[in-house]
Amino acid sequence: METTLDAVALRSRLEALAKRQGIHQWDLGAACSTDTSVQVDRGEAKQLKGAQRRSITLRVWNEAGLVGITSTSDLSDDGLAKALVGAHEASAFGNQAETAAFSPLATAPLAVLDQPLHEQRSILELLDTLKEAERDLIGRHHAIATVPYNGLAQRSSERIYLNSEGACRQQQLTTASLYLYARAEEAGRKPRSSGAVRVAYGAGDLDIAGCIQEAAQRTVAHLNYAPISTGHYTCVFSPEAFLDLIGAFSSLFNARAILDGISLSHKDSIGEQLAVPFLSIHDNGLNPGNIGASAFDGEGTPTARLTLVEGGVLRNFLHSEATARAFGVAPTGHAGLGAKVSVGPDWFEIGPSAGVSGGQQGLNRFAGSGHSAVGERGLVVIDSLSALHAGVKASQGSFSLPFDGWLLRHGEQQSIESATVAGDIRTVLQGIIGFEGQAKITPDGLCPWVWVDNLSITGEA
Amino acid sequence: MPAVSELHEASWQGRLESLLGQGQAAGADLVELFIERTDHLGVLAEQDTITNVSPSFGRGAGIRVFLGHRDGFVSTNDLSDAGLLAALDQALAMLGLQRSAQSLSHFDGLPALRDFATQKRDWLAQIPSLAETTEALLRGTDQLNRHGQHLQSRRGSYGRDWQEVLVAASDGTYAHDIRLHQTLGLNVLAADGEHRASVGRRYGTTDSPDDLRQWDAEAAALDLCQSAGRMLHADYIEAGQFPVVLANRFGGVIFHEACGHLLETTQVERGTTPFADQVEKPIAHAAVTAIDEGLTGGAFGSIAMDDEGMAAQRTVLIENGVLKRFLSDRAGELRTGHARTGSGRRQGHSFAAASRMRNTFIAAGPHSPEELIASIDHGLYCKAMGGGSVGPTGQFNFAVEEGYRIENGQLASPVKGATLIGEAKEVMPRISMCANDLELAAGFCGSVSGSIFVTVGQPHIKVDSITVGGR
Repeated sequence: METTLDAVALRSRLEALAKRQGIHQWDLGAACSTDTSVQVDRGEAKQLKGAQRRSITLRVWNEAGLVGITSTSDLSDDGLAKALVGAHEASAFGNQAETAAFSPLATAPLAVLDQPLHEQRSILELLDTLKEAERDLIGRHHAIATVPYNGLAQRSSERIYLNSEGACRQQQLTTASLYLYARAEEAGRKPRSSGAVRVAYGAGDLDIAGCIQEAAQRTVAHLNYAPISTGHYTCVFSPEAFLDLIGAFSSLFNARAILDGISLSHKDSIGEQLAVPFLSIHDNGLNPGNIGASAFDGEGTPTARLTLVEGGVLRNFLHSEATARAFGVAPTGHAGLGAKVSVGPDWFEIGPSAGVSGGQQGLNRFAGSGHSAVGERGLVVIDSLSALHAGVKASQGSFSLPFDGWLLRHGEQQSIESATVAGDIRTVLQGIIGFEGQAKITPDGLCPWVWVDNLSITGEA
Repeated sequence: MPAVSELHEASWQGRLESLLGQGQAAGADLVELFIERTDHLGVLAEQDTITNVSPSFGRGAGIRVFLGHRDGFVSTNDLSDAGLLAALDQALAMLGLQRSAQSLSHFDGLPALRDFATQKRDWLAQIPSLAETTEALLRGTDQLNRHGQHLQSRRGSYGRDWQEVLVAASDGTYAHDIRLHQTLGLNVLAADGEHRASVGRRYGTTDSPDDLRQWDAEAAALDLCQSAGRMLHADYIEAGQFPVVLANRFGGVIFHEACGHLLETTQVERGTTPFADQVEKPIAHAAVTAIDEGLTGGAFGSIAMDDEGMAAQRTVLIENGVLKRFLSDRAGELRTGHARTGSGRRQGHSFAAASRMRNTFIAAGPHSPEELIASIDHGLYCKAMGGGSVGPTGQFNFAVEEGYRIENGQLASPVKGATLIGEAKEVMPRISMCANDLELAAGFCGSVSGSIFVTVGQPHIKVDSITVGGR
């Protein structure tokens, strides 16, 4: 099986098939990838996996200008012909009220990304590396007996966007990832677990030592646990947790969701004070910290940095071609590919607004109860949120989410046994007290620790 | 241009036997081949317009090789002889094995095909046309408009998944099946000033080509609109620990998340279930009997055979509070000793099968639902559940989509924003009453072998105390 896509040959095949079927306007997104991954269990290989994938999504416009779509993993001539027929049949049910078009930026210059391509390592090399990492992590603390969730994976991939007006986008990429999720248990106590993740352009570039160190620290830090009393607390979100929360409510910035009536924002919300005046949120898939960044979106529009919130004020929305046309702006490079095109964020940059004063300075969660917002109850540190798919009602603005974290009180840190944090995203954005530390690069974005006032915590004490 | 069944054709047998023989000759203990063809249709109606029609089709193979307790798994979209052989070579190499011209195969060939699909070959011709499907969805959103108030968004979605699979293994497994899953979803967002409520329902069946034609759009819309109307101005619930009554149907997600996942041998392998050494020991209240099966006609999690070619079974997991069995697949049996239960399932060819649930439910008890409510002075009634999940140490959580306070043994005001959290080991003994109104509900379950079709279910049950996250 070929492991790359030949854009020229694909265009030639599509043009011939489309001509035969009387289709004059079409575009496509194609992708192929080769993956290898390993998992281990107490020094033994648990599962070794490999995958070769190819897929294509075809859009066609019929005589009435309506759009139909079909996706397939069958890239044979028969498969492509069948996909064209399927897309043409689907176009009879195209939405007359909102017809997609080619992005006006589908041939605009792309940013040059520094994405070195790495040779894929043998799966047995990956296995040895992961076994060693597991052994190292288990050896970090007597209570860590297993690393039940672990994996070392590498991918070589390629994606293409073509359209019948000559647009041709192509991008090759290699990536690797490591996750280590350890389980620790002490006699007579409940098991505790935590972990860490690293991504890089190749397996040789992964920060394995850092991943082990972080996984061990996080896991061990949860061994001394106790229930927390239900009540309202000042909370400090880790960069990962705050990015997860913002990501779960990204429909606030999503023009597609606004047009569909399922966003808290409205078409005329631009200019509204959404958050405290010292908060900025950008979407920037081009940030060098975004491993595996795409140079273009599903419609071929170049990826670009976009200001979403500056000075706490909503500045822009994420757009596809169709939503941009409806709003009278340019596409922003956040589209998928479909009859109804989805819109989504790439990679958030969250932090203080440049040149804007406000927000409390010098915040340090380890400085005990020295901060006026903390009070006698102590400070809740939210290390990671879970079950976002179940506990977030994005169209209502509400959330109620389990979390792993600690209570910092009187200079002591104690892991919280089992608890949820609940609130409303608009209240959170207006309740930010300030930021702590330098922004941290994570797989989902860039963010410092974020202090938020008066959130509801449910515990079992 | 819908797909037609073709994996049952005799030409496949020789190709598969060649691969299995070569794999075994290379030194593998067992080689398993999973060949798949799929045909999917997704349709979305919003307000009174069809806004998305998304057909897709595909094919692929998953090749799994076992050596001792280890296995290597490779998936590919390339079903040519060369493509399959390359995938086999890669899987063998993962275990340090290599094909050799000198090696002799001891593989005796495949037996006669166990064909579970003989009555299913023309299903795609029987299902509703695209035009019928769009009409049904628009009927649904129209009914929402007729029965709902303050509706800012009305959505109807339809998904149809046709899958043809062929499973062959060097232990003589050779089986063929066709599956058909159809699902309908209705969702509304009601808004009135600052008050908002988003509510949804999903309906799903398996192996019922005519199902969409039987759908009662008005009844579905009415049910949903009543929920949205009640929840729109509901208060957020206060946090705390309460006795809780969970309604039947999708209330069964609590058992699925809190306990069902911990009874899969994948969890035994990882050492992440607290029940690993508890077979024949009490792990739940004596009121609880729980079953997982793949046999109920039309249920979303029913299967004629699992994805390892084994016929479906009925597995009693817990009987009167005592743990009886784990759900096991081929690898689970190999690594944990728990016998296979026909529970080896996967989303598709790119996932290795794992022990997974099918139709999982708590059996009916002796009480009426009203008796459960009446037994509580101050608590929470969870009429409709959202999704949930279970963590690596058995902590579970799930969202309550439609809830009501219970005051003095009677239902009181509606509440929203509740999340139930806890640990399976602690909650199972607290399920003290089961009602007599068992019903099932369709859902999707995501786990190690991808997203699969499942059914959850239960009668109304009472949990004596559970932590409720709120504001």
